[in-house]
Amino acid sequence: MPFEPVILFFLLGALAGLIRSDLRIPAVLYESLSIFLLLAIGLKGGVELARYPLGDLVFAAACVVLAGALIPLIAFPVLLRAGKMARADAASIAAHYGSVSVVTFAVGSTFLAGQGVEAEGYLTVFLVLLEFPALMIGIWLARRGEGGGDWGKVLHEVFAGKSIVLLLGGLVIGWVAGSEGLKPLDKLFFELFKGMLAIFLLEMGLVAASRIGDLRRAGWFLAGFAIVMPLVSAGIGIATGLLLGLSVGGTTLLATLYASASYIAAPAAMRIAVPEANPGLSIGAALGITFPFNLLVGIPAYHWLATTLHGVFA
Amino acid sequence: MNRPLQTRKLLTIVCEAALEKRLEKELPQFGAHGYTISDARGSGAHGRRDAAWPASANIRVEVLCDEAVAEAVIRHLEAQYFTSYQLVVFLSDVQVLRAEKF
Repeated sequence: MPFEPVILFFLLGALAGLIRSDLRIPAVLYESLSIFLLLAIGLKGGVELARYPLGDLVFAAACVVLAGALIPLIAFPVLLRAGKMARADAASIAAHYGSVSVVTFAVGSTFLAGQGVEAEGYLTVFLVLLEFPALMIGIWLARRGEGGGDWGKVLHEVFAGKSIVLLLGGLVIGWVAGSEGLKPLDKLFFELFKGMLAIFLLEMGLVAASRIGDLRRAGWFLAGFAIVMPLVSAGIGIATGLLLGLSVGGTTLLATLYASASYIAAPAAMRIAVPEANPGLSIGAALGITFPFNLLVGIPAYHWLATTLHGVFA
Repeated sequence: MNRPLQTRKLLTIVCEAALEKRLEKELPQFGAHGYTISDARGSGAHGRRDAAWPASANIRVEVLCDEAVAEAVIRHLEAQYFTSYQLVVFLSDVQVLRAEKF
């Protein structure tokens, strides 16, 4: 199986966490790196986006968002009925799995680049669009029948949150400036990207290792869910990618997006909107199991599946 | 000229960082004239809060105020946040200069 070296940094972080090393990534570095990664991903997408007529994207984007909305709607009843979870917990976990992980997307892009596989640049637009609908669905699922709900606060939390501001801001800057205009920034944002991603993954490994305790309390059902759900979501992603006529790379990245679970935007939004949900469960599953699963097994598997099915259908 | 020290209440709230924006909005509404917020780490009923990333970050909010304001804030926190959020609240007497500021 092809292997992406940045993943080794994640494993190193996880190992350091498990042996209780005194290795700590300072919180300010975590913040700085996430700002860098979000901006860089936005810029890269914006440069690519300039190559496509925007009108063509609207239909594809609508399909991607609608198909993505299936994920929390499938996850919720499974967690509620089969998992016998409280409504708030089921809704919050469903929102985490419906939303997307920027870092998983970045590792997927890096993996494809390492294989020499091209992907449509506008996938970054889908990344932005997929971040918030699932959060709204999750809140609606949690609050259904109660009325109320703090929509104003949540909308503000999501849209004014740094991930949307930086991704969208980067997209617009990249789109306006174009490839030539951004040349002077290439060294910082594009050439250093992989190194920065490696350090960020080191930190994610440390954090993931610290969530193991949460998972032990959560039990086997959630652990199983954290592996089966991304496979189901990736299946939806591959089907959607094939129907939209995306390339193998684009289909793989869409599957990766669907399969990924948010652990930055979703926890922040759910903490405010559905405070009675236990964040240990959702973050433990998303970060403790699904994130490493996607990195180590998922992305290469989705690539293999996209390649195989592409050969059959396209 | 030495001004006399006067007694006021020091209200300390240690809670998850997710509540910061809300408290900043609500404290003045209950009559607090100011507050100080600092990043915090520690351990308690919810395990270690190591501030390694936003979801495990805590803050410590300190408010100097009179007893009525402290009481109102505590009642509000109790009603609004105690069931679903990680939160420790305590109140002490302190001696301050320029008591009219608080």
